[in-house]
Amino acid sequence: MSLNTTSSLQPSADRLLRSASLLCALIAASLLLWILLFLTQASWPLLQKPAGLMSANWHPSSGEFGLQAMLGASLLSSLLALLLAVPAGLLVSLWMIFYAPAYLARPYSAMIGLMASIPSVVYGLWGLVVLVPLLNQWVPPGASVLAAGLVLALMILPLLVVQADTTLRVAANRHLAPALSLGVSQWSVIRRVLIPASWPRLWPSILLQLGRALGETMAVMMVAGNVVQWPMTPFEPVRTLTANIALEMSYATGSHLEALYVSGLLLLILALLLMGLARIYGSRT
Amino acid sequence: MSNSELWRGRALGLLALLVMVAPLSLLISVFGEGLQSLSWSFLIDEPLQAGRAGGIGPIILSTALVLLICMSLALPLGLGAALFLAQEVRPDSRLNLLLQWALDGLGAVPSVVFGLFGYRVFVVEFGWGYSLLAGGCTLACMILPLFIRGTEQALRDCPNSYNQAAAGLAISRFGYLRRILLPVAAPGIAGALVLSAGRALAETAVLLFTAGYVMRWPESVFDSGRTLAVHIYDLAMNVSGGGPSSSATALVLLSFAMAIQLLAWRIGKKTFSRETKK
Repeated sequence: MSLNTTSSLQPSADRLLRSASLLCALIAASLLLWILLFLTQASWPLLQKPAGLMSANWHPSSGEFGLQAMLGASLLSSLLALLLAVPAGLLVSLWMIFYAPAYLARPYSAMIGLMASIPSVVYGLWGLVVLVPLLNQWVPPGASVLAAGLVLALMILPLLVVQADTTLRVAANRHLAPALSLGVSQWSVIRRVLIPASWPRLWPSILLQLGRALGETMAVMMVAGNVVQWPMTPFEPVRTLTANIALEMSYATGSHLEALYVSGLLLLILALLLMGLARIYGSRT
Repeated sequence: MSNSELWRGRALGLLALLVMVAPLSLLISVFGEGLQSLSWSFLIDEPLQAGRAGGIGPIILSTALVLLICMSLALPLGLGAALFLAQEVRPDSRLNLLLQWALDGLGAVPSVVFGLFGYRVFVVEFGWGYSLLAGGCTLACMILPLFIRGTEQALRDCPNSYNQAAAGLAISRFGYLRRILLPVAAPGIAGALVLSAGRALAETAVLLFTAGYVMRWPESVFDSGRTLAVHIYDLAMNVSGGGPSSSATALVLLSFAMAIQLLAWRIGKKTFSRETKK
């Protein structure tokens, strides 16, 4: 290493480094602003008109752009996914930490890692080929809120398990031995001490996964049936906001295209709100 | 262990087993059906009859090109941004807080929204049309926050004493970066790069509106081209009788995705074992 290239007598390179890296950081961070700006600009004409955006009627050919039913479908399928995945994820990570023998726990967590790497379109394909026909035998038509919730639950489960695993292990290191030495049974320690202690850290990651489920497009589009309606039972087909964008983007023009941008803006705002909540909640602990 | 504890363990184990039923069924169905139509010629031939017959050669090439464009944009930009966050900015400054919020926000944006953005900016405003270039640029925007976070962490993992020693020897910041920091953090950066590539490979919705559906051999980056994920979606949803080809393509995509995941694990393990040896 020659002294010339590394001595501090070359402040120009340092200044260049600083400004170049600042520029990169600003470009990356300003992308969010650009996205907000372009989406608002693209949906602005429709936002100014009384287009009945909050009604439940989506008939783009006759100028009715109601997003209510699709927003409802997005929320319902995502909440259903959380309802399935959060308890399952929590219990599975408890099993991995406290009950599973090492020769089972290790391949199991590797399998969870592999689950996280499966592309969403492959989940969708499996849902279409295996899950929907199965549900169809039980209650037709099969493609439904329930199918969407199940596939979404599978997709968000791995990250929930990983998160719960990390936080519960930290809590166990701190609290398990003292609590056990007081003569409390292991299950009571888990229920009364470990879960309450790790809840503040689990809550933000649950919010983030809700955001991920709301934004998921392909898998949901392939299994939800894509009928615009409020579902009366979990077995009825629905169309989510994301699926609507992906389905109609290829031929939409004019106000129709603007309506799709409005739904994109709505999704973006929802996702940012959830992220903000998760960050505020996470920073308080 | 008391009796009730034993039963609790068994009940939880049963639940854990039940959770695995779905992913196992997924692997079995993709491998079982995919292997039947997978062959060497399937990987290099052109698709025929809207994808029902023939192969996926052009689609693999399009996927590789989109990924190449995406990573060659995200790597310098993300590395620069991560350097600034890990090395240059003061942790308690307002600028740092603002950047962290903006990056977290960008990471939370749904992929379909990136698709809308990319369509509006790259396809329409820049006039590139549906093209591999537009797809790659949009994907780069999407994976940027993930890559920056991973790289920032890798840079922070470099022991602070190296930094202090370098300062004590009056080595310039640039020299420190080039000769010490980057070599030490290289495995972590590579891991972040591989993980981001996996995320980009899996993406479908973004590419539907930016790279398009065309399945001919791409001749330049301004040609439209479909990626593996788009091909699977199109065959499964829009082409009747496309099932077998769709499963075979899913097998190819899944193999790539798992290979990437394993690679990321190996890189992660290597950096970890080196740290514990110290």
